[in-house]
Amino acid sequence: MRIGIRTRDLRKIYNSSPPFAAAAGGFVSEALSRRRRKQPKTEIVALDSLSLDITPGEIFGLLGPNGAGKSTTVGILTTRVRPTSGEAWIGEKNVWREQVAVKRLIGVVGQRPNLDFSLTALEILAFHGAYFGLGSQERTRRAEALLDRFKLRDRAHQLVRGFSGGMMQRLSIARAMMHDPQVLFLDEPSAGLDPQTRLLLWEIIREYNRGGKTILLTTHNMEEADVLSQRLAIIDHGRAIAFGTPRELKASVPGGFLLRLRFGHHSSDLLQRLQTLAGVREVRANEHNGADLYADRGGSLVPEVANLAAAASVELCDVHISEPSLENLFLHHTGRSLRE
Amino acid sequence: MNRKAFLAMLARDAHVARRNFVPLLLQTLLQPLMFVFIFGRVMVGSGYMPPEYKSLLLPGIMAISMVSAGIWGVALPLIAEFQFTHEIEDRLLAPMDISWLAIEKVVSGMLQALAAGLAVIPAGWALLRPGIELSLDHPLLFVAVAVLVALFSASGGLVLGCSVGQANVGLMFSMVVAPMIFFGCTYYPWTALKSFPVLQTAVLVNPMVYASEGLRGTLVPQFPHLSLLAVLSGLTLFDVVLLAAGLRQFNRKAVN
Repeated sequence: MRIGIRTRDLRKIYNSSPPFAAAAGGFVSEALSRRRRKQPKTEIVALDSLSLDITPGEIFGLLGPNGAGKSTTVGILTTRVRPTSGEAWIGEKNVWREQVAVKRLIGVVGQRPNLDFSLTALEILAFHGAYFGLGSQERTRRAEALLDRFKLRDRAHQLVRGFSGGMMQRLSIARAMMHDPQVLFLDEPSAGLDPQTRLLLWEIIREYNRGGKTILLTTHNMEEADVLSQRLAIIDHGRAIAFGTPRELKASVPGGFLLRLRFGHHSSDLLQRLQTLAGVREVRANEHNGADLYADRGGSLVPEVANLAAAASVELCDVHISEPSLENLFLHHTGRSLRE
Repeated sequence: MNRKAFLAMLARDAHVARRNFVPLLLQTLLQPLMFVFIFGRVMVGSGYMPPEYKSLLLPGIMAISMVSAGIWGVALPLIAEFQFTHEIEDRLLAPMDISWLAIEKVVSGMLQALAAGLAVIPAGWALLRPGIELSLDHPLLFVAVAVLVALFSASGGLVLGCSVGQANVGLMFSMVVAPMIFFGCTYYPWTALKSFPVLQTAVLVNPMVYASEGLRGTLVPQFPHLSLLAVLSGLTLFDVVLLAAGLRQFNRKAVN
């Protein structure tokens, strides 16, 4: 039984700062309250009409900067955040109206550690299994197998208080897999992990997916989104700005390469001339007396750009070349870097 | 309701309580027993208090123990789990309506309150004898009062645990729990306030009054106390109001 995920026009407005569980920054608008309080009411739009269609059995990535609405989306899909409007389904189950049925289908790894500090690693897995109705022997068998898989066997009988961040994250993921959910949500799964653990995690996620499970992961790490996702959505300010496979998305950037140029002063004439260079698809002025130049080649353009700048008596101060990447796509759509 | 999930969560709380048995025992019993020793033994023994004060004091101390155990047993874990460790999130994702998780917390708090209350009786009796006169002529009434007191304390813990920020735990004790105890007819019977008529009426909004007077009425009926009808009605009313408010607060806290 493979289970997909759908959302239709999901919208979420917080009336105060969003909780960490849905740590959106969102974008802020101010509206005067009806009672004419002195303090204007702050509204934060975390999600703005987000519609997703995630195919059963795929690894789907939500890529976006902090505050884009990724965690709010996961919060709504896992019953923890009430949508302001719109609907969401896990398989055929409506997330808001059939919460208990939905919770049987999903496993969730939150953005922050939320392990039970009063229990040992083995007990955490065993009690989680008990909440989902697993029998005693089955709980122990699964818990031990997961501890082995996540390389935590030697810590099985220790309280998690003393665990490192990486160990807690591994145990959180093991716990989410304990009841063998059809859909796994991973909110920034590799944040704070060392490269070795990150690779182990990616391997385990792929292995879980090969069993026919659907996986939704959020990340602001472009490499993770690129390497792990079969399809992804790039979201910003609570809206999806692009959908597709990583390859399709990267190919959708005009030319693929991006040259970020910075000049001594602004010159419209120079920008027009840059447009005429062979291989240049699009030139956009940016805010630092510069231009973003989308082209189908990279380094070989630099001497020609330098010549044009010299001819126009404009100093070329800085050049940064990016090969085709999701970062370029985000920049092309928003004018901002994912890292900003 | 998902019975298996509910029982598994109760088992988890029992497991943690067993693991923390000694600190939990000290936290629950040490302070009430010191009160019993100083007020019931030292002050009575030195002649500052009449001998019958021993019997008057014990039900009040039992009420304090129960209410403290219930409130602390629910509120403190909830404050930590919602605001610090966030470990409640795993249980909120269990396949069970989240209101049942709040009820599980209340049941767990009630069991702690009942255990604390029942532990005070033999411990207090051992500290205060001879001269203490407890009677249990109406055991069913005593059980009913004890269960209602336990429910009030655990429901109160649910309200506080879902309303108080972790930075204000100290304030919760000094602004809520301490006044409730001191104005709760714990160290004196309600009739002792007859010289302060305004206070005597005002304290009736304090559920602790019904807890102390109810336990006094069922354990040491030889002393003046509120009628048991008033006690049962008052406790039931507070139980319903606090449980409803606690469930509402819990749901607001659990779903953003």
